[in-house]
Amino acid sequence: MISVTVHPLKEEDLKRHPVVEDKPKARYSYTAGQALSVFLNGLKEGKILGRKCTKCGRIYVPPRMYCEDCFVPTSLWVEVKDEGVVMTAVASFISWTRERLDHPEIVGTIRLFPSTARDYVYPGLFHRICCSYEDVRNMTIFGKIVKARWKPREERTGSINDIECFEVV
Amino acid sequence: MRTNLRFRPVAVIGAGMTPFRRRMLDTPQELAWEASRRALDEAGLELRDVDCVVIGSAPDAFDGVHMKGEYLAHGAGGVRKPVSRVYVGGATGVMTAISAWYHVASGLCQKVLAVAEEKMSPGRPHPQSVFRYIWDPITEKPLNPNLIWIFAMEMHRYMNVNRVSKEDIALVSVKNKRNAKKNQYSQLGGDITVDDVLKSEVLVWPVQLLDVSPVSDGAAAMVLVSGDIARRYTDTPIWVEGVGWTLDNTSWPGRELAYPRYLENAARMAYKMAGIERPQKEIDVVEPYDPFDYKELHHLEGLLLAKKGEAPTLMREGFFDVDGEIPSSPSGGLLGVGNPIAAAGLMKTISIYWQLKGTAGGMQVKKSVHTGVAQAWGDLMQASTVIVMRN
Repeated sequence: MISVTVHPLKEEDLKRHPVVEDKPKARYSYTAGQALSVFLNGLKEGKILGRKCTKCGRIYVPPRMYCEDCFVPTSLWVEVKDEGVVMTAVASFISWTRERLDHPEIVGTIRLFPSTARDYVYPGLFHRICCSYEDVRNMTIFGKIVKARWKPREERTGSINDIECFEVV
Repeated sequence: MRTNLRFRPVAVIGAGMTPFRRRMLDTPQELAWEASRRALDEAGLELRDVDCVVIGSAPDAFDGVHMKGEYLAHGAGGVRKPVSRVYVGGATGVMTAISAWYHVASGLCQKVLAVAEEKMSPGRPHPQSVFRYIWDPITEKPLNPNLIWIFAMEMHRYMNVNRVSKEDIALVSVKNKRNAKKNQYSQLGGDITVDDVLKSEVLVWPVQLLDVSPVSDGAAAMVLVSGDIARRYTDTPIWVEGVGWTLDNTSWPGRELAYPRYLENAARMAYKMAGIERPQKEIDVVEPYDPFDYKELHHLEGLLLAKKGEAPTLMREGFFDVDGEIPSSPSGGLLGVGNPIAAAGLMKTISIYWQLKGTAGGMQVKKSVHTGVAQAWGDLMQASTVIVMRN
């Protein structure tokens, strides 16, 4: 056995298990930037906006002001559908601070139209999916066509949360 | 054909690490010192012999100290020496060895000490919450994600596309925790069964508690020297013959998650340099990054050691067992040894070094080994680092 000159907790320390409730105090005022500002305003209008690279045709959702492949400005705003295909979905039983949740939160990624199943990169969003835990567990939600369920117009604030979730059409 | 001829040859001559534990009562600097001293002892060097120091450490937020490179410098032997810190998320550990390699390969330094340290335990209420700041602040963070979500999404996509069962994935956890029993540094070695994994707490379906590596504190260090002088210190230098690393974009929701193309690119870069044309035939032992059990399968495919979707079948057949064709994670990996992020990646590199040198003790694989590969991975499904070593 190695001679331990570093010091792990003792067994009895591991049994004493105080719960500390705290939230990190770091606060930031982030900049949405050129592309995402327009995107967020679009969400307020109930539209999902993307940028298209006119050189290679790639559509960026969420939008980018430049094409990462061609390294030129994306020069066109396009509206993509608020409909797409569920690529993956999971059911979370823990919160972001790792507290136990009674009801699982279901999230996943959605490949928005226009795009095809053969694309490696595509306009895509990460969001909540309104479906049951069973649908996730037996994978029936995969490949389903889903549509955004928007908040009522007056409640929209220009945030990704203006979409309540994506639900099966 | 080897393409590494224009670089100076680089050899590993010593390595050391601390045990990995849930919480250490030592500071990050003390951990770094412990690992560095052990590496120098194995190499037969003193600190005055070292020309340059490379430090690897993942987000500062874990240890809770900013400028972690500078903070760790004196524990890592970096005072009054050229020091650099590298950071590519979870891929940092192997990147530390790669960076040390190019310090020597370029001719800039003759003897380099590479040190990786991570103390995950200080974060409150749970280190998990520190990951909040890796997400896009505008489009992702408002959904209150936690880190396991993204892995669960990738795992479920991998399972769906390749028709992989939870049972097959659990076999990785069983194998790695079994291998870790032989590793004196490990945190979670033991005999578990597939059933134990499937009955453990569901965190984010399909990820369960025993699918995940633990929170750990620990450090690891390695000494790399120029090939011209390696034999002054040892009769059995281990040669770094290929390195590769690539990054993908942060737009993981707009990308196919079932296959890691960035890893394939990194692997091809490293294999080309080392002259490896048929990876499955030429590689004898591998340490793929396994913070989650499915990740080992995912990475074995990205490393071209299994065809897409075939890694689970090979795993089931024992191809990657410690006495199999290509032993995978003979150290016990992150699932068994622990996951102090940067130190875990360097631990994987050190495991391959010890295997090739024949000094892995209880972990030593049955077959004779000549070529070994270590790999790490990190960020938002983005970064991969690969290193090929030979004896």
